[in-house]
Amino acid sequence: MTSTLTPVRSKRSALTKGQLPKYAPYAVLAAALIAGAAILALVGFNAFGWGIVSAILFAVGLVSWSAAVEGSRKAKDKLATCLVVGSFLIALLPLISVIWTVLVNGIPGLLAPGFMTTSMNGVTGVFDNKAVEEGAPVIGGIYHALLGTIQITLLATVISVPVGLLTAIYLVEYGEDGRLARAITFFVDVMTGIPSIVAGLFAAAFFFAVVGPGTKTGAVAAVALSVLMIPVVVRSSEEMLKIVPNELREAAYALGVRKWRTIIKVVIPTAISGIASGVTLAIARVIGETAPILVTAGFATSINSNVFSGWMASLPTFIYTQILNPTSPANPDPSSQRAWGAALVLIILVMVLNLGARLIARIFAPKSGR
Amino acid sequence: MSKRIDVKDLNVYYGDFLAVEDVTINIEAKSVTAFIGPSGCGKSTFLRTLNRMHEVLPGARVEGEVLLDGDNLYGHGVDPVTVRSQIGMVFQRPNPFPTMSIRDNVLAGVKLNNKKISKGEADVLVERSLKGANLWNEVKDRLEKPGSGLSGGQQQRLCIARAIAVEPQVILMDEPCSALDPISTLAIEDLINELKDQYTVVIVTHNMQQAARVSDRTAFFNIAGTGKPGKLIEVGDTHTIFSNPVQKATEDYVSGRFG
Repeated sequence: MTSTLTPVRSKRSALTKGQLPKYAPYAVLAAALIAGAAILALVGFNAFGWGIVSAILFAVGLVSWSAAVEGSRKAKDKLATCLVVGSFLIALLPLISVIWTVLVNGIPGLLAPGFMTTSMNGVTGVFDNKAVEEGAPVIGGIYHALLGTIQITLLATVISVPVGLLTAIYLVEYGEDGRLARAITFFVDVMTGIPSIVAGLFAAAFFFAVVGPGTKTGAVAAVALSVLMIPVVVRSSEEMLKIVPNELREAAYALGVRKWRTIIKVVIPTAISGIASGVTLAIARVIGETAPILVTAGFATSINSNVFSGWMASLPTFIYTQILNPTSPANPDPSSQRAWGAALVLIILVMVLNLGARLIARIFAPKSGR
Repeated sequence: MSKRIDVKDLNVYYGDFLAVEDVTINIEAKSVTAFIGPSGCGKSTFLRTLNRMHEVLPGARVEGEVLLDGDNLYGHGVDPVTVRSQIGMVFQRPNPFPTMSIRDNVLAGVKLNNKKISKGEADVLVERSLKGANLWNEVKDRLEKPGSGLSGGQQQRLCIARAIAVEPQVILMDEPCSALDPISTLAIEDLINELKDQYTVVIVTHNMQQAARVSDRTAFFNIAGTGKPGKLIEVGDTHTIFSNPVQKATEDYVSGRFG
């Protein structure tokens, strides 16, 4: 048998001609960066403008080169790629910027001795003045605020999850899209849009009327937060319960299992991972609320571990007051250092909650595989 | 451990829409009865009325009588849950519970109802049910693995094991093989042949060869047109229905002239 193989040409075949070389994007990027720096040098150099100008030059250069060599279809593809990647970078910019700023400003506060373990009780402007003028360590910490945030959020979760989950179960399993179910769905949607300060005012007014004027405790704040949490929990649980296949319910009915047992033992376990991560995200959503807590729990500088009596601090209100009313008005730096430290702790809390949601989702997810 | 079903003048409605009209049929104990007919003729709907699964859908209702050994399923004060624990069902698509292991799937009928069962009894029940569904040898080493990891045919046999674990009188099967390959189909058909020694089996199928292979009696359903109710045209011994039917429509259908 004679060999009829055509020799493989190493460089250009008929099928790959008219393509940009592999190094094209990098070459254009380098050229765009240089040209961008040159243009910016004329008007005064700054990094932000350099990035913008280079990005525009890169997109124009790559697309027009591609149009010249490869034709309009490939050029459009390159243009779309540039737009998509550009939008992605723009979307990412604020996030990275926020995390960077909080890390840079927050780490000194976080590392100050006793920051996590002491409260602001007895910390006065005198100490802050000393810290700035004589280099003494910044004292005072967020222990009371951390405790308050955790207790208030926990209580809000304890209130919201049963109410929200049971509402979702009613809507999906019993409502049958009747008038009541549609009314509930409508009002849950309305509740989702309630401004958080209104929720705070509601809780404060409610407790003023029921318990007595001026009632400000952690529990009032928890009620305000649960007004914000319930619609989120209802919505996410409802979606999760809806995607449980009807066949599983029918399979349980066909075994002679009652409806409520089917819901508890088949429907909820199947949906639990989604419900749990929805609840965690709802917690993450309210943990940073400031306004409703200010009007319901007031503000405290000392440790109060009883949610049912007395004013209570929380991380967001701690940040708010430290920035707005520094402990020492003459030297606000120690206060702002503490505020950034608290902000960092708050972001870490939210991040941990999000990771927790993923972990919970993975642990509870229906197992597959052989 | 099997009962007969006698249906008298049954009308099935979805809301105001009459889906199946005036069915009267006797289903013998310890036999296999097949329902055949074109799509949409109401055979699945009718099957679901036999264990009151029909009324799970909103607006669905029936008129008439379904007698299980003389007791009316639709009588006053009859709890549908009691009915369903006596008349099991296997669905078109295999639907093992995804959160449960193979063993827990078999025990689902017991465990979901919170009945107390010792581990020894449970082991016996699991082995007996899986053997009854011809699945024991394939899964005995991985009972604690999730049921969703099995193949489609194995999942369907797991669902049958789950159904027979609650020791029903009757097993209803709604096109149990339509999502399965020929080998798995054969396994299920062999199983149906064994099941009829103990249970009354009713099977809906689109596959006429399957009806001819597995059933003792066959009922042919037909529909006059879209929007019209489905009707029971003819019921008789499978052999008679396929070789010498009384009705012209039956003959046309089984000989492949329409449908």
